[in-house]
Amino acid sequence: MPDQVLFAMEVMLNGLMAGVMYALVALGFVLIYKASGIFNYSQGVMALFAALTLVGIQQGQVPFAHLINAVFGTEIHHFGWHLPAIVAIILTIGVMIGLAILIEHFVLKHLVNQEPIILFMATIGLAYFLEGVGDLMWGSDIKKMDVGLPQGLSEFIDTTTYNWFGYGFFIDRLDIAATIIAAILVAGLVAFSQYTKQGRALRAVADDHQAALSVGISLQFIWVLVWSIAGFVALVAGIMWGTKSGVQFSLSLIALKALPVLMLGGFTSIPGAIVGGLIIGVGEKLFEFMIGPLVGGATENWFAYVLALLFLVFRPQGLFGEKIIERV
Amino acid sequence: MTAFPEESFVTPDGRTIGGVMMEMRNITLRFGGVIAIKDISFDIREGEIRAIIGPNGAGKSSMLNVISGFYNPQEGDVLFHGKKRPPMRPYQVARQGIARTFQNIALFDGMSVLDNIMTGRLTHMKTGLLEQAIWWGKAEREEVANRRKVEEIIDFLEIEHIRKTPVGRLPYGLKKRVELARALAAEPKILLLDEPMAGMNVEEKEDMCRFILDVNDEFGTTIALIEHDMGVVMDLSDRVVVMDYGKKIGDGTPDEVRASKEVIDAYLGVAHD
Repeated sequence: MPDQVLFAMEVMLNGLMAGVMYALVALGFVLIYKASGIFNYSQGVMALFAALTLVGIQQGQVPFAHLINAVFGTEIHHFGWHLPAIVAIILTIGVMIGLAILIEHFVLKHLVNQEPIILFMATIGLAYFLEGVGDLMWGSDIKKMDVGLPQGLSEFIDTTTYNWFGYGFFIDRLDIAATIIAAILVAGLVAFSQYTKQGRALRAVADDHQAALSVGISLQFIWVLVWSIAGFVALVAGIMWGTKSGVQFSLSLIALKALPVLMLGGFTSIPGAIVGGLIIGVGEKLFEFMIGPLVGGATENWFAYVLALLFLVFRPQGLFGEKIIERV
Repeated sequence: MTAFPEESFVTPDGRTIGGVMMEMRNITLRFGGVIAIKDISFDIREGEIRAIIGPNGAGKSSMLNVISGFYNPQEGDVLFHGKKRPPMRPYQVARQGIARTFQNIALFDGMSVLDNIMTGRLTHMKTGLLEQAIWWGKAEREEVANRRKVEEIIDFLEIEHIRKTPVGRLPYGLKKRVELARALAAEPKILLLDEPMAGMNVEEKEDMCRFILDVNDEFGTTIALIEHDMGVVMDLSDRVVVMDYGKKIGDGTPDEVRASKEVIDAYLGVAHD
């Protein structure tokens, strides 16, 4: 096989893996949008917050250490423990559930029956608030995330492909792990929403609030549930991105990459988020590889958005979004 | 049927009508300055079919919304099984065993008929979130048992052929029937029907009438309904409340109500001489 084709294949594979990472973020948006019609601007910050909390708990950092030291004149920074990753993850899940309860109690509850744009504005506020709290709680320095995920070149793939084609593919083991975890996560979410009573209640609330109330579904409970699940997805995305590029505040900007994914896949479809993510991932890598050199490179910065723009013109509901049909 | 005894009794067609199940006591409901319901009292007895009728804007739907907890009245009490009910949210009322349908059909359009009716069983499913997430043992058994109940109701309402169809695609008459099925799936103590026959053709109306009577007869479900079609109301119900401009102007058996001068005036207008 010619080198160019092999190289393109490698680029494509890497694109697919990157797409999975985008899809993970997009998934959080879809969950909340499906269940409550809210576009949750703070999803990216939630991923950041989850990652910060995870690292903080794992390393035994004292939350609000700076604040406490400034007020009381103490000098505490660490509890002096180092927790195993799994314990830290479980504790962080607890924190994200707590966060969901607080959001429902202090924000959503007071905005029932408001216009979607108002709820959207509220989530923008939430994003800035969370960013501030994250900073105050855990400090703003870049942290290293280590929960034991494999990293670096996958030698198995490298040698196998070398034996087959005489050219070794460079695939990051973290990307492989991310793909597997994302697949499990999506399968789990789909099964949960299709086969359990809470899943059914969740879809019911997404469809019609009044009818949901009339069959005895508590909207509050469902909202807390949805935001908890979104928080969990944010944690998974935070772990992946945090491991890849360190836990830093620019992590919240990955939300921007999720937008084109959502426009492609449709705001209401879980499979759409996955497929959209893969298309964007592969698309931008291949485009950079083939067209990039002709236009001076750096196409990855804008390719996804231009693609999304094209979709908005020709298929505004996205690939898998629900087409709005009104029975007249 | 003429007089209505105080004690529980058996009707000529063999149904048992028991004591008072729900009592509305001096209910007043205001929206800002508008009085939707003005000092209304009536009761619903176990096993009966109770109709609320009245001209447009009389406050019938508001009354149903008070019973189902969608509105909380400013004054007056709702008594359920003799106990005063504190102000409640609709889902709490539903969990007490009061199911309802809506005038403008509120179904989950994206879900199949079967899933829609299964949501009606939610109040009967007791397994917690974790057990459900693992979906093993108790959760699975519960799902199967509830599914069986739902299939019974599907058979009963003769909608087997559309079980897997998304509700959004169904014609109006069938949607109404699915909504009834969802309410029935909750095995309610009281079933509230808001204009179950509105917008239906004669055939569909006859079907719906038959279902309402069968439900009452076979399951002994207490039913409170709002309906415009006078013929239907008079045939179906054991007792009728008549409302006009938020006030109660009549209450009694269909024959009593039909003979009432106030009711005739409200419906036909008063002669100005």
